[in-house]
Amino acid sequence: MKFNKIDKILEKFNMQKSQLISILQDIQNEFNFLPMEVLGYVAEKLGIPFSLVYHLATFYKTFSLKRRGRHLINVCLGTACHIRGGVRILEKIERDLNIKSGSITLDSKFSLEVVRCVGCCSLAPVIRIDDDTHGRLTQGKITPMLKKYE
Amino acid sequence: MITIRLNGAEVRVEKGWTILEACKFYGIAIPTLCYNEGLSPYGGCRLCLVEIGGGLKTKLVSSCTYPVEEGLVVNTDTKRVIETRRMMIELMISIAPNSKTIQDLASKFGVTKVRFKIRNEECILCGLCVRICREQMDGKAIGFQNRGYKRKISTPFDIRSEECRLCGGCIYICPACQLRCQGPQPDTAVCNACLTMDPTCLDHYDELQCWMYDAGRCGTCVREKTEKKKTMKNKL
Repeated sequence: MKFNKIDKILEKFNMQKSQLISILQDIQNEFNFLPMEVLGYVAEKLGIPFSLVYHLATFYKTFSLKRRGRHLINVCLGTACHIRGGVRILEKIERDLNIKSGSITLDSKFSLEVVRCVGCCSLAPVIRIDDDTHGRLTQGKITPMLKKYE
Repeated sequence: MITIRLNGAEVRVEKGWTILEACKFYGIAIPTLCYNEGLSPYGGCRLCLVEIGGGLKTKLVSSCTYPVEEGLVVNTDTKRVIETRRMMIELMISIAPNSKTIQDLASKFGVTKVRFKIRNEECILCGLCVRICREQMDGKAIGFQNRGYKRKISTPFDIRSEECRLCGGCIYICPACQLRCQGPQPDTAVCNACLTMDPTCLDHYDELQCWMYDAGRCGTCVREKTEKKKTMKNKL
């Protein structure tokens, strides 16, 4: 069962309550998102109120309670990217993948999210796919770039 | 024991007290909303703000969470404190204008108009219900969710919690949803009935004999009617 993996993660952190954020991050790496049953299981195992675990999971933007695709696309719409046409990049990706931001493609290959400033404004407009940062984008560069991801 | 300067007077207080506890001990009234003796302090409503530090560099801190320290200078009734307190009440009224607790505070501290958009959200996020559920009722059913303008209080995933025993502690302690204010007009949002209305009962009965008491208090006793109370005492 998938709870075996969670037990392993909990053991790695010595079942410490104070490590909750790190634990949730590891779980998210494992499943790509935080499933509802898993949050309940973690709360029970660590002896923390479920409402507190949920509070934490909804507070931080990194955590997702919805299922995410194999690749996560973060489109930057911070000030610099916004001025240099980040919205047009977002529209192009939305058209290509046929989804709106905050949702997941039908083949669960990509999920698309909007973020504020990834911290490299000189590369604006910029998007991040998983850990790769793609800067100085134009609408024409989007389609061939998305094809590279499996 | 340590020494602090409270409103200009040197007083000795117990180490580990908060400023609010010290003020209570020396009989200085500080209004509170999210503070409850049986619960851990939260510092969310910002009504208990006091000014600390001497000279030109003073700052506002919530007295319910700030521990006393040696030589601390505390002022509880400066212009800055009173203005900020009024602002906090105004902001809270704009969020929950139907709450009698907050409307009473407005009348008590002379807030007569609200300059903000009325939002009718009925929750000021004081966290009292969350704390009573966790600390006193051992329920741990409700908690805060999300952040910023999306912040709210609910059960995880908005479904019926298995930990909730329907004890009703959260509703009992809530300053916004339990007592409804009958007063506010749609065009003003501030009730101020306690400020403008002249109760006839105060001539004949004191607060304990108030005939409205069982019905949930008429609220007119909130404001101190100093002149009338004096005349009443003279009559007696």
